[in-house]
Amino acid sequence: MRQSFIARNPSVLIFLACLAVFTLAVTLMSHALGAEMISTSFIKTLGRTLCLCLVAIAMDLVWGYCGILSLGHFAFFGLGGYMIGMWLMYARTEIIVAESLANAAIPPTPDEVRDAIGSQIFGVVGSSDFPAIWAFAHSLPLQLALVVLVPGLLALVFGWLAFRSRVTGVYLSILTQAMTLALSLYLFQNESGLRGNNGLSGLQNLPGVEAGQDWISLWFLWASALALGLGYVLCAWVVSGKFGSVVRGIRDDEARVRFLGYSVEGYKLFIFTFTAIIAAVAGALYYPQAGIINPGEVAPIASIYLAVWVAIGGRGRLYGAVIGAAVVSLVSTWFTGGMVPSIPLGVYTVDWVDWWLVLLGLSFVLVTLFAPKGIGGLVDLVSARVAPDRHGADYGPDKGALREEEGRK
Amino acid sequence: MSALLEVSGVSVSFDGFKAINNLSFSIGEAELRAIIGPNGAGKTTFMDIVTGKTKPDEGKVLWGELSRNLLKMRESKIAQAGLGRKFQRPTVFEDQSVFDNLLMALKNPRGAFACLFYRPTRADRARVGELAEEVGLAAFLSRTSGELSHGQKQWLEIGMLLAQEPRLMLVDEPAAGMTLAEREHTTDLLVSLARTRAVVVVEHDMEFVRRLGCKVTVLHEGSVLAEGSIDHVTADPRVIEVYLGR
Repeated sequence: MRQSFIARNPSVLIFLACLAVFTLAVTLMSHALGAEMISTSFIKTLGRTLCLCLVAIAMDLVWGYCGILSLGHFAFFGLGGYMIGMWLMYARTEIIVAESLANAAIPPTPDEVRDAIGSQIFGVVGSSDFPAIWAFAHSLPLQLALVVLVPGLLALVFGWLAFRSRVTGVYLSILTQAMTLALSLYLFQNESGLRGNNGLSGLQNLPGVEAGQDWISLWFLWASALALGLGYVLCAWVVSGKFGSVVRGIRDDEARVRFLGYSVEGYKLFIFTFTAIIAAVAGALYYPQAGIINPGEVAPIASIYLAVWVAIGGRGRLYGAVIGAAVVSLVSTWFTGGMVPSIPLGVYTVDWVDWWLVLLGLSFVLVTLFAPKGIGGLVDLVSARVAPDRHGADYGPDKGALREEEGRK
Repeated sequence: MSALLEVSGVSVSFDGFKAINNLSFSIGEAELRAIIGPNGAGKTTFMDIVTGKTKPDEGKVLWGELSRNLLKMRESKIAQAGLGRKFQRPTVFEDQSVFDNLLMALKNPRGAFACLFYRPTRADRARVGELAEEVGLAAFLSRTSGELSHGQKQWLEIGMLLAQEPRLMLVDEPAAGMTLAEREHTTDLLVSLARTRAVVVVEHDMEFVRRLGCKVTVLHEGSVLAEGSIDHVTADPRVIEVYLGR
C-alpha cells in the first residue's frame, strides 16, 4: 500500500513532461532565438494561456474537489494583476520622469519627482496625488507580497463569513458573483485610486530592462510554465493524501464529514483561500503579458468562463482543468480574432466573432448533458478506467457531489 | 452510576409540530440501550439533537464527567468529544477506497494542517487492517467503496464508527438490509462493543432488539413512553397500543 507520491499520481509526471516539451518547442521556434516561426504576440498568447491553465487548476480544486462552485475566482486573479501592475506602472513612470527631469537647471527634489510620477499616472483621472493604496508601489518585494496578501485576505474574510454561516450551493455561487461584481464596480470608480475604467496600462514594459519584447515574452512564458508546473504539483499533493480524502468527502457529503469530527468550515476556508492565492499568482503573471488591466477583467462573466473551462475540460481531475482552459481559451482567441472565415448564408452571414459565444454555450450544454467527464474523460478510454454502475445515483447527497457520469475508476 | 450522556427536558418543534416533547434520557459509561418507537416518534430527531445537527428549543444535553453542554458545541467538536453516529442509510464516501474511508475515520488529529501533512504510520495501517478484518472487508481495502454491496457498505460504516473509537455510539437501524447471518454477527458485535463503551441502538425490528438483551426505551410522539427490559415494555399496555398493536 505504501507508494511514493509520483507512483500514486502518474499524471503529474506526464503533465510535467508535456509542459516541458511544450515550453522547449515554443522557445526554439521563437523570434528571440532567431527561428521566427512563432510571432512574439502569439508567444504572449501562449504564456497567458498557461496562466489561465493555472487559475483553472485553482478552480478545479475549489469546485471539482471541494464542491464549492465559486463564481468569483477571477476577482482574485484580477487583484493579483492589479498588485503587480501598480509596481510596473510606478517603476516605469519613475524612469520616464527621471529622464525628463534630468536636464532641468535645478535638480528635482524627491517630492517633485513623486509629484511628477503622480501626475503622469493619475492625469487621466484628473488627479495627481497618490492614493493611500499606492504606498508600497515603489517597492517590488512589498508589491509582490501584496499579490499574495490582498487576494488571500479578501478570500479569508469572505470565506470565513460565508462558510461560517453555512452558505452552500447556488447561494454561495451567487454570493461570489456579487463579490466579484462589487469589486469590479468599485474599481470602475476613479476614487478607487486605480485609475478607474482606464485601468493600469503599459504593463508589458519591464522597468530597467533593455531586452526587447521578443525576449521578455519568452521570459514570461518560462515563468508561467514554471508557475503552472509548481502549481500543478502542489495541488496534486494537496489532494493526494488524507486532506484530499476529507475535501472530496466534503464535496459528496459534508454532513457526514462533520459527524466524523472534521470542521468542514475550516477545510473549505483553507481550500478557498489557497486557491485564491494561486489565482492571484496566475493573474500577476498574466497581466504583464496582456499589457493592460482594467476593471472589466474582474466582471462576473470572467469567473463564469472559468467554470465553463473546468466543466468542458473535466471536473475533479487537475489535467482536465488544464486541458479545458487551454483548449477553450485558444479556440476562443482563434474565433474572436477574426481568423475563422465567416459563413455566408445568403440572407445572413454567420460572423464567428459574434457567434463564438453561442457555440461555446452550446458546447457547454452538450458536454454537461452527454459527456460530463469533459475532454479529460478521453483519458479514461486509454487507461481503461471503468466507472461502477450506480443506477443514476450521485456519489453523495450534496449539490456539488460527483455525478455518476463523472465517476472515476 | 454516573451517566455518560444525560438528556433532560428537551423539546423541539418544527413549524409548530412538536417532534420532541420534554424528553429525558440518560445512559451510563458502558451500557447497551435500544430505542424503539413507531415512525415519527422522534428517534432520528433525538439523534440529531445529541449529535448537534438540530438545536432544541429548550432542555439540556450534558456529556461526560465534566458535564459539558453539548448544545453549545458544533457537530465536529461533539464528534471529537467521542460521540459517533451511524446512519440508517449507509453513508460512506463512495468515490473513495475502503482504505481511505477507514483512514479518514481513524482517531487522529482532525485539523486541516494536521491532515495536510499527515502520512499514515505503520500503526495506523495496521489498525485499518484490523478494522477491515473485523468487519469482513480485508479483501476489499483497495476497492472503491461505491462498488460494495449494500450490506458491505453497512459494515464499512460500522468499521468507520469503530475507527473513531467513540465513547458513545449512536447506531441507526444497523441490521437494515442485512442477511440473517450478518444480523447475528451485528448483534454479537454490538453486545461486545457495549462492554467497553455506551451503545445506543435505534431499531424497528423487535426480534433484533430481543436478541440484544438490553434495556429498552420506547419513544412515542417525542417523549419516553416506557423504559425497562424487553419483556417489561412489551407487556406494557400503552406500548402494545401505540406500537406493537399495529
